[in-house]
Amino acid sequence: MEYFFYTKKLTVGYNGKPLIKDIEINLKKGKILTLIGPNGSGKSTILKSITKHLKSICGTIYIDNKSIETMSNKDISHKLAVVLTDKLKTELMTCKDVVSTGRYPYTGMLGILSEDDNLQVKNAMELVNAWDLREKDFTEISDGQRQRILLARAICQEPEIIVLDEPTSFLDIHYELELLNILRTLAEKRGITVIMSLHELDMAQKVSDLVMCVKGEYITHLGTPKEIFQKDLISELYDLSNGSYNPMFGSFEMERTKGDPKVFVIAGGGTGIAEYRTLQKKRIPFITGILHENDIDYQLAKDLSSEVFSEKSFEPISEPIFQSALKRMQSCDIVINCLKSYGEINRKNKALYETALFQGKKIIENADEL
Amino acid sequence: MEKSKSTRYIRYIITLIVLIILFALLILLNIKLGSVDVSVKDIINILFHGSGNETDYNIIWKVRLPRMMSSIILGGALALSGFLLQIFFNNPIAGPYVLGISSGSKMMVAMAMIMILSRYHSVNSAVLIIAAFAGAMLSMGFVLIISRRVKSVSMLIVCGVMIGYICSAVTDMMITFADDANIVNLHNWSLGSFSGTTWRDVGIMVSVVLPTSLIVFLMSKPIGAYQLGESYAKNMGVNIKLFRIMLVLLSSFLCACVTAFAGPISFVGIAVPHLVKSFLKTSKPLIVTPMCFLGGSVFCLGCDLIARTLFAPVELSVSTVSSIFGVPIVIYIMLKKRVH
Repeated sequence: MEYFFYTKKLTVGYNGKPLIKDIEINLKKGKILTLIGPNGSGKSTILKSITKHLKSICGTIYIDNKSIETMSNKDISHKLAVVLTDKLKTELMTCKDVVSTGRYPYTGMLGILSEDDNLQVKNAMELVNAWDLREKDFTEISDGQRQRILLARAICQEPEIIVLDEPTSFLDIHYELELLNILRTLAEKRGITVIMSLHELDMAQKVSDLVMCVKGEYITHLGTPKEIFQKDLISELYDLSNGSYNPMFGSFEMERTKGDPKVFVIAGGGTGIAEYRTLQKKRIPFITGILHENDIDYQLAKDLSSEVFSEKSFEPISEPIFQSALKRMQSCDIVINCLKSYGEINRKNKALYETALFQGKKIIENADEL
Repeated sequence: MEKSKSTRYIRYIITLIVLIILFALLILLNIKLGSVDVSVKDIINILFHGSGNETDYNIIWKVRLPRMMSSIILGGALALSGFLLQIFFNNPIAGPYVLGISSGSKMMVAMAMIMILSRYHSVNSAVLIIAAFAGAMLSMGFVLIISRRVKSVSMLIVCGVMIGYICSAVTDMMITFADDANIVNLHNWSLGSFSGTTWRDVGIMVSVVLPTSLIVFLMSKPIGAYQLGESYAKNMGVNIKLFRIMLVLLSSFLCACVTAFAGPISFVGIAVPHLVKSFLKTSKPLIVTPMCFLGGSVFCLGCDLIARTLFAPVELSVSTVSSIFGVPIVIYIMLKKRVH
């Protein structure tokens, strides 16, 4: 399959000063490309160059095998629509008026909408669930509604590519999910190619077909979400010395507490997560075990605890691991036992708990008690 | 949807009818009232049968009708000029008067008049329009340079007012040193007045203002796109550079025509577009542009009528009257829209 949108040796920047060099994007029709990276890294600069709002310094951008340099504003308006971050200051315009401007490239000299144009406007507004807002003044709706209206505007421009700059910045989670769902639908059902920048990495991971990391003078990585959302890659992209990234959850954790751990958490099966977070917030370093490597607790423990004792997935806890955990527990004063029951393969955790009891350690069930 | 759509159209039509009624009424009053009161019956005879007493005939045909035509055409031009500037600066209180563009025209026209009248007997209107346009562009140039430096809209307006003061000061200086014979004329004109319009002037106004206004109307589509901001307009295929140049040229030219013939007339450019848009409850240029023109005509007809008749035989300047009606509206807009 041919690439629908691609760039060759694209260099972008302001006032002739290159900011990012040699960008090579290859995007098939109906795919979603997301640009991620720290603030000020140049995501918007790249998007503006793609939409021809900014003159690219060198290199070429191709849409449907045509260089955008050779395309007139009008040609581009038929191919590409934008949703920008600029705050719109409209006056006495209803939402429908705003959406209708999307028909601009198709209307006659005076811009009067035909029956067909009106239908397109209606369809676009219905697609983003905003038809009810049609008579509302654009300045009197919420940020989330405004973003949907602007997306409807872009959709009724009948573009083959939609470029969105931080479309979710002002949205609460409900509208964020809704917006991304709509984009996915547009890509799948209508074959619209989407290029956007996103702050929310978890969303980028879920919605994108291709992810580009923007940082520094060159594009460091461009690949599928699976390739990009790796612990080290993301940590490096955002300089995460003060926290960590978990690709499994697509989430970020705060920095692990340093110091000599005096608390041992016996956990497993998701019982530890709340306690780990409480301890982290209270800045109390801790050790935890004995967790199976497929345990959900294990994922978080790796990022937050000073030390984790773990066993291979599905295996009963082995004696050597039990012994070393037991030994390490000796140095702790407090034991938090999150487990209420024990199964076949984690029976040794019970032994761990009973030893702690026997040794007269302070045993609590809840980290809040500390 | 059908219902809301039709209420919209009803609103447009009602606004249009109200404007037309006001327009007709003011035309009648403008012909009738003045230092000599002419009865309606006589007016009909004079206008349609060419008969009647000769003094009345002359007053109506040579004084009142051309003056009325001038307020109709120039009032419309002024309102359009304001509307365009508001689009350009994306700001409801931009207008040719507050931005100093009227005063720039005034300065150049005064200069041209003084230079030409000192050598020749009369001044060609075309020369005055050109001088006024040069003055308008001069002020507009300063405003544009300032608008690049200051991002705050209120600062821009303050700078515009300052430019206006400088131009007025220069004009006053020139008038002070002008020949005695010209002073009276210049003085009246420099305050803003429709008096002394001839049919020849009206002919020139029509041939200059109407085509320009038609161009503005035909630009409704890109103006509508530009209302969403430059970036969106560009994405819709508008040639932004050309469009901005057109806006500057057209608004300056319309304002220049007004100043060349009637001197600076204040606040019409802000008040009328605002009133028209509030009545129509839309800012769609396709509808607002023609209504603005009509509204400007009505506004100036009314202001001129008051200026002529309120303290007759003493005549006020139109600008005095238009300020009294216009300024409260401007202040209202500033308070309501919280212009930053």
